[in-house]
Amino acid sequence: MNSVADSHRDGSGFTADPAAGFFDEMFGRGDQVLPHYRKLAEAFAELGAAELEAKRRRLDLAFLRQGVTFNVYGDTRGAERIFPFDLVPRIIPAREWERLENGLTQRITALNLFLHDVYHQQQIVKDGVIPASCILSGKHFRREFANVAVPKDIYIHICGTDLIRDDRGEYLVLEDNARCPSGVSYVLENRRAMKRSFAGMFESVGARSVDHYAQELLKTLQYIAPPGVADPTVVLLTPGVYNSAYFEHAYLARQMGIEIVEGHDLFVREEHVFMRTTKGPQPVHVIYRRIDDDFLDPTVFRPDSLLGVPGLIRAYRAGNVSLANAVGTGIADDKVMYYFVPRMIEYYLDQKPILPNVPTYLASEEADLPYILEHLPELVVKAANESGGYGMLMGPKASKAEIAEFRRRIEADPRNYIAQPVIPLSRHPTHLDGRFVGRHVDLRPFILCREKTVIVPGGLTRVALRAGSLVVNSSQGGGSKDTWVLYGNE
Amino acid sequence: MLSRVAHSLYWMARYIERAENVARILDVNLQLFLEFANRDDDDRHDRWLPIVRATGDLEVFRAHHPRATAASVAEFMVFQQENPNSIVASVCQARENARMVRDQITMETWEELNHLYLFVLSPQARQIWLDSPPDYFNQIKTSSLLLGGLSAATHLRNEGWWFNLAGRFIERADKTSRILDVHGQALPATGLPARLSQADALAWVSVLRSCSAWDAFKSLYGADVHPRHVAEMLMLNENFPRSIRFCVERLDEALRQISGVSDRPFSNEAEKLCGRLAAELRFTSIEEVFNAGLHGQLDQIQLHLNQIGEALFQTYIFHAFETGPETRRVQQEEQQQQQLP
Repeated sequence: MNSVADSHRDGSGFTADPAAGFFDEMFGRGDQVLPHYRKLAEAFAELGAAELEAKRRRLDLAFLRQGVTFNVYGDTRGAERIFPFDLVPRIIPAREWERLENGLTQRITALNLFLHDVYHQQQIVKDGVIPASCILSGKHFRREFANVAVPKDIYIHICGTDLIRDDRGEYLVLEDNARCPSGVSYVLENRRAMKRSFAGMFESVGARSVDHYAQELLKTLQYIAPPGVADPTVVLLTPGVYNSAYFEHAYLARQMGIEIVEGHDLFVREEHVFMRTTKGPQPVHVIYRRIDDDFLDPTVFRPDSLLGVPGLIRAYRAGNVSLANAVGTGIADDKVMYYFVPRMIEYYLDQKPILPNVPTYLASEEADLPYILEHLPELVVKAANESGGYGMLMGPKASKAEIAEFRRRIEADPRNYIAQPVIPLSRHPTHLDGRFVGRHVDLRPFILCREKTVIVPGGLTRVALRAGSLVVNSSQGGGSKDTWVLYGNE
Repeated sequence: MLSRVAHSLYWMARYIERAENVARILDVNLQLFLEFANRDDDDRHDRWLPIVRATGDLEVFRAHHPRATAASVAEFMVFQQENPNSIVASVCQARENARMVRDQITMETWEELNHLYLFVLSPQARQIWLDSPPDYFNQIKTSSLLLGGLSAATHLRNEGWWFNLAGRFIERADKTSRILDVHGQALPATGLPARLSQADALAWVSVLRSCSAWDAFKSLYGADVHPRHVAEMLMLNENFPRSIRFCVERLDEALRQISGVSDRPFSNEAEKLCGRLAAELRFTSIEEVFNAGLHGQLDQIQLHLNQIGEALFQTYIFHAFETGPETRRVQQEEQQQQQLP
């Protein structure tokens, strides 16, 4: 068997680059493969370059053939692309995962308590922990839902929290996606692809399964069925085939064995929701909605919405249908609210946050604004309510004109912006052009909330395929990796 | 089952069947026309036009092509996306429908249809077409047949399956009637032709070949081709899987499975119309068909099939699920789905 060191000679092996100054998932800060990566490195060293290339081509073809694709906006022809997939999996040892699990559970628990509070007594505001103005000015705060009870007091049932690691390997929370987080289908499909291509490696390394996600999700949805409904009908509400995440919607519906519906498949009669079927109207009890609050019901929110269901909100308020996630969770993943999450954890749970935030400056804080404006070329600026890498300024990479443009925007609407130092994201060996090179990664685990919190071990590891890039979004040249959580620590 | 899903399954099957039948018609006629290489342009134009009429929209064709030649007809019926019935357009629509009901069709079906879609849009499809049209048509036919086989072998026999079948057989019945009509204009308005030229005989063989019926025909009637027998086989035969009667009977069965009332005469308009058409095909002799005029009879069948399709829609789908206005598409895209992967 080749040792890892031997494989360096033919150029196909993994190499450490401690001088680059980043934390490397495989090497840490040093030049030796970390214990939990050892078996994987050995297994890869046995594969020739040609064999790897062949596996990779087969995988790309399989993804295309299966239609595991996403749509790119503004690209009308041939708009579907496969999400580039990297062959080298990211590995998380058991003790590290346990800490992540505890940290994420703590965080989602606090966020759900916060949402209940903010839509009821607003004690956290009264106690001066969060300024009222920050909440009331939030674009996704739904004041019409004040004092509306939601089933089991859970607001966020499905959360996708983005984690990064800094140059010391410290995990930090980058953001909470508490509205319609997407990407879990790639977690499942990437695993399927890896199992097919590297069956042997799974045996030797021992990664925990992610296959039960769909069952857990279904249980989570059934858990919030309206009272008295023993055998609830659950559906997934999609914007439709032109949505970027349509593949995922169809995929999850299929895995759960539930109907995927569009707004015009549903209608409301006497505050109950029905779907139009070939056998006439059928009642619907729980809706896993993958459309934003704004589009849910044209009679309450955006009147021009063609995607929603007129009367849905009345049925929801009457408690005859449940929505996951609940209406109004957007206030919890507002980037200004993000700043306060560590305080929420202390306030509601009386605990220290297990997973820290990235240091954050609020443009709306008098103390922070001048600092932000002075240091724009060093900072990352984010709009409070955008996602997917849109509405963002990467100071160090931005042109003077872009910086000036953001300065104008921040000054015009400080509530809408936060700034953070550029975090030198950890890197991971990635197979590109026949070589293994370090590329920056992040991690999005998916968290499910019912009577307990369930986190399927793993998550979506996104990787910035362009050299030096810190942006992992698919629309900006990002790809993904399978994520293996080990049973043990090596 | 959701009405929209039923609608999409039905149209997915129809479009696949349509692509296959267009490939069949073109394949056979392109080969047949090689035999007429010495004819003049006008004659060829006259021979190609009915084929366009049988499968596509004559008006759309005229808007794009001044003359019907082998090249222009083939371009129009294979590649031209402006022709909603071209092979490429049919495959794209089949796949678009499949995408809307991906959770309802089996993985195997989806992958094969996606494969066909990627093929028809690929540059090498064009190349195969240029090198050898029969190879191209073969790919289309094989893929369609494979899709039929895959769903037969993997699809749960639920409502969706019967909608799929209804779509396939209503389309096939329609296309067989049109294929049979292609050379119908060589016939007298009513009655049978006195004698057949060799060219006519060849044309009737091509009709049979279009429907993969030539071998079966020989075993039933011998190698002597007469329009009487061709029409009898493609219209009234009870056992040939592409005959109109066979297709209408399968359609009738599918409709009854969907409504779940197989023991009563009919429970809705679609069943009534379909049962009536099936009975007519069953209790008609080919002499009566020719006495009334083959072309007129085929026209009637197409009309009935349209009415059945319309009634099916009224009964089960209730309201249109067309791809919505542009705003719907924009709104669908607008939904952020936090952090696209």
